[in-house]
Amino acid sequence: MDVPLKWLAQYVDWNLSVEELAHRLSMAGAEVESIRRGGGNWDQVVVGRVAAVAPHPNADRLRLATVEYGLADPLQVVCGAPNLAAGQTIAFAQVGAQLIDPSTREPRKLRRGKIRGVVSMGMICSERELGLSDEHEGILVLETDAALGTPLADVLGDVAFDIKPTPNRPDHFSILGIAREVAALTGGDVAEPSDRYPESDSAIADQPSVQIDDPTGCPRYTAIVIDGVQVGVSPQWMQDALSSAGMRPINNIVDVTNYVMLEWGQPLHAFDYTILREGRIVVRRARPGERLELLDGANLELTSDDLVIADAERAVALAGIMGGAESEISDDTTSILLETANFQEASIRRSRARHTESGTEASRRFEKALNPELAELAARRAAALITEIAGGVARGGLVDAYPGRRHAPQVVVTQRRIEQILGTLPSVETVRGILSALGIPNRWLPPDRYAVSCPPWRSDIAVADDVIEEIGRIVGYDNLPSAPLPGAAPERDIDPERDLAERMRDILTGLGLREIITYAAVGADELGVTASDAPDAVAVRLQNPMSAARDRLRSSLRPWGLRTFAHNQRETRGGLRLYEVGKVFHPRRGRQPVEERVALALIGGDTVVTVHGDGGRRLDFYDAKGLLDQLATALGADFALTADAEDAALSPGQSARITMRGESVGVLGRVAANVASAFEVDGEIFALELSISRLAPLLSGDAAVAPPSVYPAAVEDLALIVDERLAAGELAAAIRAHGLVEAAELFDVYAGPPIPTGAKSLAFRVYYRSPERTLSDRDVEKARRGIVRRLESQFAARLRDS
Amino acid sequence: MTGTDTPIDLSALEAAARDQLVGAADQAALDAWRVTWLGRRGRLTSVLRGVRELPAAQRPIIGAGANRLKAALDEALVERQAELSAVAADGPVIDVTLPGRRPPLGSLHPVTITRRVMERTFRDLGFDVVEGPDVELEEYNFDRLRIPSGHPARDMWDTIWVADDGAGGPRQLLRTHTSPMQIRYLERRQPPIRVIVPGTCYRYEATDATHEWMLTQIEGLVIDEHLSFAHLKGTLEAFVRRMFGEAIETRFRCDYFPFVEPGAELGVRWQGDWLEVLGCGMVHPEIIRDAGLDPERYTGFAFGMGVERIAMLRYGVRDIRHFYRNDVRFLREFDRFRGSV
Repeated sequence: MDVPLKWLAQYVDWNLSVEELAHRLSMAGAEVESIRRGGGNWDQVVVGRVAAVAPHPNADRLRLATVEYGLADPLQVVCGAPNLAAGQTIAFAQVGAQLIDPSTREPRKLRRGKIRGVVSMGMICSERELGLSDEHEGILVLETDAALGTPLADVLGDVAFDIKPTPNRPDHFSILGIAREVAALTGGDVAEPSDRYPESDSAIADQPSVQIDDPTGCPRYTAIVIDGVQVGVSPQWMQDALSSAGMRPINNIVDVTNYVMLEWGQPLHAFDYTILREGRIVVRRARPGERLELLDGANLELTSDDLVIADAERAVALAGIMGGAESEISDDTTSILLETANFQEASIRRSRARHTESGTEASRRFEKALNPELAELAARRAAALITEIAGGVARGGLVDAYPGRRHAPQVVVTQRRIEQILGTLPSVETVRGILSALGIPNRWLPPDRYAVSCPPWRSDIAVADDVIEEIGRIVGYDNLPSAPLPGAAPERDIDPERDLAERMRDILTGLGLREIITYAAVGADELGVTASDAPDAVAVRLQNPMSAARDRLRSSLRPWGLRTFAHNQRETRGGLRLYEVGKVFHPRRGRQPVEERVALALIGGDTVVTVHGDGGRRLDFYDAKGLLDQLATALGADFALTADAEDAALSPGQSARITMRGESVGVLGRVAANVASAFEVDGEIFALELSISRLAPLLSGDAAVAPPSVYPAAVEDLALIVDERLAAGELAAAIRAHGLVEAAELFDVYAGPPIPTGAKSLAFRVYYRSPERTLSDRDVEKARRGIVRRLESQFAARLRDS
Repeated sequence: MTGTDTPIDLSALEAAARDQLVGAADQAALDAWRVTWLGRRGRLTSVLRGVRELPAAQRPIIGAGANRLKAALDEALVERQAELSAVAADGPVIDVTLPGRRPPLGSLHPVTITRRVMERTFRDLGFDVVEGPDVELEEYNFDRLRIPSGHPARDMWDTIWVADDGAGGPRQLLRTHTSPMQIRYLERRQPPIRVIVPGTCYRYEATDATHEWMLTQIEGLVIDEHLSFAHLKGTLEAFVRRMFGEAIETRFRCDYFPFVEPGAELGVRWQGDWLEVLGCGMVHPEIIRDAGLDPERYTGFAFGMGVERIAMLRYGVRDIRHFYRNDVRFLREFDRFRGSV
């Protein structure tokens, strides 16, 4: 909303600089998004710069400024402003400029002159001297990049605030609404505009009939018929006002409706009354297929959801959005029907979305939910302006169909509540001053409360705290007290899943992986390619996705993980190790989806770029498995692996399912070549995927740690010949099962002569240790025999070299 | 006594031997030296042998001198041996400017780093940390936060809706803010309440340098007896000081959120400009009443802020889209920050 300050000044005075006023309004909630300046009338006033400042030889409070202004050599100016400083960009009035005399407030031509014996070749201006505001404490310091010598009018001109109203403040869509803010913030008063106009003693029969078929969509409809108007061009002041607020003048009738809309925030519409059949107004839902040509030429096909203004026969306006072309005010119009109505915001929003791109000035205001009480004020103001500007006489009183009349509740605000909410208690005088300046009716009910009601231009004063916000924001939040939180911290929730997710991040980061966070929306095709089972993976569907190609909520971290991996391969030397810990979503019919936390690690590429020493090698399955082993250690988890994850996205021969206590918690393996290439991954890539949600309940809490044994370990190597198909892990598990075996580490796998064909040799380093004593050679030998006997019977293994 | 006419100059011999010994840089050279000087046919040995053939007067003098010299050279050999083995144990001289072998350096995502710093700051202030569902019911995301359908304030949040699955369940959406957790937490906890809710939120919004359709928010809710706007200010000022330093300037301006009254926005002065950091306000009395609490007795405040926005300020990131592009070159920039979280 553009608020030209000249227009604003018709209702309220202020004694602040433009910037300070904008700042105060913003702080109080009417956010000034920008300050627009343009089109002033300051001949001979240009952008200048204070090059140097020197003391005045004959006066302590005056100084000599050297001003560069781009058009000629720098000039010396006598200046008394306390804020003068070298380097400032300023408004420089050359000799001959028209300025406002700061004491008489009258225009005065600037002459060359001597001040206390020193010649002054111009003037550095204050806001008051330029007629911008009353500010005269110091010179106006410009914030402009304009070149020196640029006419001030180009950079300053008419000043307007662009104000961004919050959804609860439709009154900030009006100049008067802003004027009330200014009055409250500066301690001023609002001069209410005139709403007097001549009325004839018309009979009721001469009045239009107004019928509201949809009282929900239209809580109120007022009409004033004005006869004998003369349509023509608006007076200059009104044209200037509309232009300054960014609206185009059209004719005196339409201009008044726009002017009053900008002034009060209430949209109005004027019909040519003679065009309305039977002089009737019917507010109703459109008939399916009914057509209406709008003022802007658009020819609409309406739906039964559109609210229209109709006469006895047909729609003549799209309610709250735009009038129809046929009933438009023309030069020949002599009788008008002035509509000032209230429409329900939701209905307007739907129609607007259906028929226009961005809405109209009217629909924007109706969508903010106007108070129906406002209609009458605006109607009377418009009638007053029309009769003043276009002549004519209004028929009788206001025709007022008001099915949606609400009883405006009286809000009681106690002193106790004000202090409870604000933490301080402003005086009765302060509170009443604020409320009255805002136009909020209020009474002080001694000893301890106020009775307040909501003014017609607002709808957001319903409970005591609404009033308290008014007090707080005008006093200024920054002027309210501040205090630390009292009391002890409440007991905390326990969320093992969240805790595990955070631990998982720390562990994986510690293992050298980089965390990524990817988008939650994926394509059904991507999910299908990476799915572990059914290619037509079920996933939550989005109704209005950001991109049609990604219209599912991810049920897997895989698609974005693989894509991110591929993107980074090009720019990464050496191996790439990424992980994500995030939520995936599994649909449930008619309910919110299950949100599962998952960790996915992806690794691939060369281990290191080697220039000397160790040769690099490609990361492989056992690097991924090593991550799992370290995770198991760090989490105290007891994972078991089953060869072949039976996961469609992983290679069957290089994958494993991860279980814990018999429950599947994830998979590990090489991403199947076709899946990797679908995401343009270059080379082999290995995945480790764990369900944090399934794992969390399986992890026990803190267990007692074992103290280190004081007895030494006995170390022996044990080489066994077994069938080449036997999984090494089974053999290792059997060795470790012995009570004296602390650890058994596989260090060599060998097949070939002299090992018989079809067999392989597995060599383990076995650590024997007792927590109770030092093991003797005999103890170890006995243990070894026991182990070998078991391996012989269980796996047909035999000791190598025996 | 010995005079310059002595046919054997032991001093010159010693000097030559010691010279060569210093030059012996490895075991092989030492062995050769030993053979040359002290071996059975070594030069000192032959001197000793030749003593017998000297005139009687010179014999004891040369003999004693040669024996002393042999002892001295033996000792020098042992010393040199020790020196050389010490050098051998320390290893050869290497080029220390060759590149080191770097273990891979893992990293936390900058959003995680920032979220954790923020969480820790609030934990220090006594807050609990909980999470809520990303897929929310319309009722929790809007209606119960005083944003009924058709309310003008709904325009503040452009929503991504979940497609109707035809089962007749309630309308679902991707939460547009973490505020629904205010309602869910109030359903199961009694005051005193002091909690933050980090979580991913989603907006149907075109992306540019300052807007992403997916973002991380941290919501806060504090409800107790005797809480006023002063405590809102004190708490959030303390948070901002801990995040941005003691010297940070803050300001509160009036803003509107349907579920708070009064509503405010906290700004900080950052590199000369005022920047909005978070929205906040006193919890609307209807929210407190709907939670089954007496709003005359219990009051409190709520706030919400974007983690990415804070991260952009702290780390000088100019384009929000970097965060979810996950370019490793961008992620690497944060390696130096992860140690503290």
